[in-house]
Amino acid sequence: MQTHKAKRVEIIIEAVMEGRLTEALTGAGVTGFTVLPVSGGSGRSGQWSREGQVSRAGGMVAVVCLIRPERVEPLLEAAFAVVERHIGVVSVTDCEVLRAERF
Amino acid sequence: MDGILALAGQNLLSPIILSFTLGLIAALARSDLSVPEAAAKAMSIYLLFSIGFKGGVSVSEHGVDAGLIATMVAGVLLSAAIPFVAFGLLRVMTGLSRVDAAAVAAHYGSISIVTFVAGNSVLTTQGIGFEGYMVAVAAAMEAPAILSALWLVSRGGNGARMDAHLWREIMLNASIVLLIGAFVIGWITGPRGMAEIQAFIVTPFKGVLCLFLLDMGLVAGRGLRGSRGVLTAGALGFGVVMPVIGALLGMIAGLALGLSPGGLMLLMTMAASASYIAVPAAMRVALPEANPAVYLTLALGVTFPFNLTLGIPLYLAIATTLTGG
Repeated sequence: MQTHKAKRVEIIIEAVMEGRLTEALTGAGVTGFTVLPVSGGSGRSGQWSREGQVSRAGGMVAVVCLIRPERVEPLLEAAFAVVERHIGVVSVTDCEVLRAERF
Repeated sequence: MDGILALAGQNLLSPIILSFTLGLIAALARSDLSVPEAAAKAMSIYLLFSIGFKGGVSVSEHGVDAGLIATMVAGVLLSAAIPFVAFGLLRVMTGLSRVDAAAVAAHYGSISIVTFVAGNSVLTTQGIGFEGYMVAVAAAMEAPAILSALWLVSRGGNGARMDAHLWREIMLNASIVLLIGAFVIGWITGPRGMAEIQAFIVTPFKGVLCLFLLDMGLVAGRGLRGSRGVLTAGALGFGVVMPVIGALLGMIAGLALGLSPGGLMLLMTMAASASYIAVPAAMRVALPEANPAVYLTLALGVTFPFNLTLGIPLYLAIATTLTGG
């Protein structure tokens, strides 16, 4: 099976910032992404959990993009402008995809 | 004094408070008891719709008077002014930074809609009437405190993000839309509408409130458990003193407006309460540098239980004494 090189960008960010991030990504020309709920975790800001959240203030989401390597830089710039002051993690990993024309 | 103690005792042993206590104890004891997120959200929608609808029906029955506008203006002014009092108190009582103190102050200027619902329920149990438009006043008191807090931060030279997106989120947050929307539906349909949906809106209300407060107890208990060492003795003291000060400011405004005993108690309760739904979300966007553990624990873990157990009976006793109700 023919596969193609791509980058997988995963941004874990506060749920209240989700709309702003996805807007920025769309503005940077990203045509597809997936938003996933996150159950809980721990980091520099302490432990947190989705359980018992009375608002979206304390929750986190993961936004995942699969993108061609040459398009990753504008995506990261757009994402950084949104997440810079906020709790979260941005990671980029190499991956391979089928059907390259979709990315 | 005996009356206040009797009321406090009666309140403490009500199913609503005992449900909250059960949740609190279960969380502190690390029980795996939990209310599914979707169920909690459905219950909050039910409670807000019910309270908004009943307020609208009441206004439809009694008509609109100048009191509605005056009380809404007073509510907005209270919400805008209380953060300044809270901010000053926090700077004196705690070692919180300007940003953290302003974020906490915003929570105390805004209102806790669940505390308002609980106050409403106590009044209904006691058979004490109140102005139906207090629901609209509650919605109006959600947002002004956020602006006051951001102004306090900007005075210190720190930048706070306030964009059109955030404005929309604050002004159209789910609780405001639901409260006002249900209020308008109740106002339009009046007693006829109430007769149609009474079995759903009125009868199950207290049972749903019990389950919702069970969840709130779990949330408060988990918050307290997870934030050991976050709050100093001064901050804890603030969490108890500030609601009383807020209630006194609400009392002055309510007396000046000539509210009924129930209306006065509700205005005091709202001024005493601290938001933990609308404001935390706004603060995460506008002031991400502020520590959420401080403001969430204070609002939900200290002030909410205080108001629920001791505050509401105290405010009711003061309101009925002062108005002769």
